[in-house]
Amino acid sequence: MRFIVPLAIFIVLVVVLAVGLKLDPRYVPSPLIDKPAPEFSLTRLADPTAPIARADLLGRPLLLNVWASWCSACRVEHPLLVDLAQREGIEIIGLNYKDTRPDAAAWLKTHGDPYRDSIFDPDGKLGLDLGVYGVPETFVLDAQGVIRYKQVGPLTPDIWRDEIKPLLAQLKTDAP
Amino acid sequence: MKPLLRAMVLWLAVGVAQAADTPFEFQDAETERRYQKLAAELRCLVCQNQSLADSHADLAQDLRDEVYRMLNDGKTDEEIVGFLVERYGDFVLYRPPVAGITYLLWFGPLLLLAGAGVVWWRIGRAKAPVQPDADEAAAIAALTGHRNDPP
Repeated sequence: MRFIVPLAIFIVLVVVLAVGLKLDPRYVPSPLIDKPAPEFSLTRLADPTAPIARADLLGRPLLLNVWASWCSACRVEHPLLVDLAQREGIEIIGLNYKDTRPDAAAWLKTHGDPYRDSIFDPDGKLGLDLGVYGVPETFVLDAQGVIRYKQVGPLTPDIWRDEIKPLLAQLKTDAP
Repeated sequence: MKPLLRAMVLWLAVGVAQAADTPFEFQDAETERRYQKLAAELRCLVCQNQSLADSHADLAQDLRDEVYRMLNDGKTDEEIVGFLVERYGDFVLYRPPVAGITYLLWFGPLLLLAGAGVVWWRIGRAKAPVQPDADEAAAIAALTGHRNDPP
C-alpha cells in the first residue's frame, strides 16, 4: 500500500512530461481565430496600380497563404499549394510578405503560381495585423472574411487532409 | 581580483553597446523610459526566450518600430500592449494577466511548494524517534547496565 502514493505521483509526472515533450514550443495559439480578418488596402503583386482590399476576399471560403521569396520553408510547402490549386480547384490568396516585386515574381515563375491573387505587403503591415510571426502561415477565411483556422509553418499533406479540407467542406455547406 | 574587475567592466560595456542598439530618437526622457520598459516586457515570438529589446530577429525590429510609432502617436502603455495582445495573444507578455487559463501558471509553483511541504512534514514525522517498549528497554538495560524505564 505504501508505494501507491509515490507510484501515482510518478505516473502523473511521466504523463505531464510526456505531454510537454510532444507540444511544439513554437506554436502560439492565435487570438484571431473566429475574429474578422483585418481591413487592409494594398496593391496586387502583379500590378502596382491594382488595389486589393478585404472586400476582395469575401463571398466564399478561401485560403490565405503568407509567403515570401526569401522564405526557404515556403519552398517546402509550395508544391502542395500548386497541386491544391490545379487539381482540387482550391482558391488561394497569396500574401507576399516583406518582399520585393521582382524577387516575388521571379520566385512564382520558377516554382509555379497557385494564387488567384497575391497581396503585396512590402512593410509587413497586414502581416502585423494578422499576427504573422513565422512565414509561411496559412489562414482559412470563411465567406464572411472571418478567420477560422491558422497554420504556422509549412502546410503538409497531413494537415491539409485532417484539418483544412474538412473545414473548407464544412464552410462551403454552411455558406448560403 | 584584477581579472574579475576586467570581466565586470567588459560586461558593463556589453550592456552599454546593447542599449546603443536602439536607433530611435525620443521626444523626452519619459517616453524613452516607457519605450525601454515596454520593449523589456514584451516577448519576441521568433526567439521566444528573448524580449523585444534583446532580440535581433526581424520581427522584433518590426514590433519595436511599431511600439515606437505608437508612443509617438500618443498611445498609452495599455493601448500599445492591447494592440499586440490582440494580434499575438497573451504570449507576447512576459507577465500574463492573472485570469482563467493562467491561474495554473501563476499559482502552480505555490501548489508545488505546498505539496513539497506536506511531503517534508510526513517524512519528518515518520523519522521521529520511537520509544523502546518494555522488552526492548529491558534488553537495552541488560546490555548497557543502566536502567532506563519506558515512559
